[in-house]
Amino acid sequence: MALIACGAIAQPAAAVVDRNGWPVDVHPLPPLLHNHPDRIADQVRALAERLGRSYGRVVVGYADCGTYGALDSVCDDLGLQRLPGLHCYDVYAGRSRLERFFDEQPGTYLLTDFLVRSFDRTVVRELGLDRYPELRDTYFGHYTRVVWLAQEPDEELRALAADAAEGLGLPLTVVETGDHGLEQALADLVRPAV
Amino acid sequence: MTPDDILKALYDETLVGNAPRVLELTEEGLGLSMEPQTLLFDALIPSLEEVGARFERGDFFVPEMLIAGRAMAGAMERLRPLLAETGVETIGKFLMGTVKGDVHDIGKNLVNIMLEGAGFEVIDLGVQVAPEKFVAAIEEHQPDIVGFSAFLTTTMPMFKANMNALEKAGIRDEVIVMVGGAPVTQEYADAVGADGYAADASQTVKRAKSLIEAKRTKVPA
Ligand code: B12
Repeated sequence: MALIACGAIAQPAAAVVDRNGWPVDVHPLPPLLHNHPDRIADQVRALAERLGRSYGRVVVGYADCGTYGALDSVCDDLGLQRLPGLHCYDVYAGRSRLERFFDEQPGTYLLTDFLVRSFDRTVVRELGLDRYPELRDTYFGHYTRVVWLAQEPDEELRALAADAAEGLGLPLTVVETGDHGLEQALADLVRPAV
Repeated sequence: MTPDDILKALYDETLVGNAPRVLELTEEGLGLSMEPQTLLFDALIPSLEEVGARFERGDFFVPEMLIAGRAMAGAMERLRPLLAETGVETIGKFLMGTVKGDVHDIGKNLVNIMLEGAGFEVIDLGVQVAPEKFVAAIEEHQPDIVGFSAFLTTTMPMFKANMNALEKAGIRDEVIVMVGGAPVTQEYADAVGADGYAADASQTVKRAKSLIEAKRTKVPA
């Protein structure tokens, strides 16, 4: 079986697959697609069609991820299943917990281990904050806190998360989610075939 | 520099977001007695439209768009009072806000810049605007159009909540409602009962103009 995975969850997904001994190969797509969600559906379609020739079953390791339904159309078309929810934050923390965070403080900016580790590339450089540091307030002026949904918070990641929040000028809240949410969601995807 | 050089340079420097240079060129143009409208309609607005087109094509991403918008906004600051003096008629009043629960405002701000450039009076309520606040602001400012902006699947339903609040306050028919933002489609706009939708800033200007036109020429039944 093939799992098409957003680059932002490919690593933890592969770890979950290994741990459970599932007969699944993980095929990542570039994580930076997250910033160009209009391209996700087409890329998933192309990869799914290609993988479909060599695998008995293909599943999609993306949530809606800002495709606003376009990915669902591809899944319907090709008979694929995807991760539940709107984005990986839902998968890690659960929808209701996220709703609570946003109710408490609408100006909540979420990070995952992936985003913490790649912050300079996926956030700072993509938003142009390296070239135009003065844009920070244009982007984040209305934000009040960073919530890090932490999968495996070690010392190194904690330091990076603290740096990231400081760079944005926002207080950091750490919420340890582990990868149970992801494991559960992936189990639901692969189960029928295992 | 000749006026033509100025227009060309103004276009190019806005495109790359060189705000200080854009302001200088604006001054120089005015120094040569060029009309503020000429600077606006023959350089600044076409440049920002090109920025929008490049964004659509994926050649530009958000930061490029932001610095170009900022450069144009700087020039607007300088031109605004002059435009008012030259008696250019405002096309209409546009009240704008990002819906409750959402703090994405880049798209909205860009729309505002283009609306202003095109001759609208824009009142920006900022982000996280609750339905009651839209209602109060409509009653206070009596705009021709109110615009709701949303960027999250979870905040789009606020469009409907806003519409309900307008109905309840009995002001739904007094104002044209436009909606927009990355997740929004024409179908969605229709479903919530909005009068208009637009996918980007320049289309918003066109749509807003035609909606106002239609409303003003409509003979009351
Ligand atoms: C920049 C950005 C941010 C910035 C926002 C900065 C700011 N001050 O606005 C930052 C990094 C802070 C951010 C935060 C978040 N974001 Co964000 N963000 C984006 C991104 C990359 C671009 C959006 C943007 O500004 N585009 C630029 C403008 C110019 O684009 P535009 O849509 O073309 O705008 C035009 C039209 O929409 C229209 N328009 C806009 N408003 C209106 C109004 C009217 C009335 C009309 C007629 C027209 C109109 O005209 C505009 C100008 O041409 C998108 C992904 C994408 N590429 O779309 C994600 C995206 C919107 N974000 C997303 C998410 C999930 C978030 C976060 C929850 C993520 C997090 N890590 O916490 C938070 C939100 C927190 C909150 N409470 O709101 C998701 C939404 C997914 C979903 N299903 O809801 C997206 C799609 C990314 C993704 N792939 O998942 N984000």
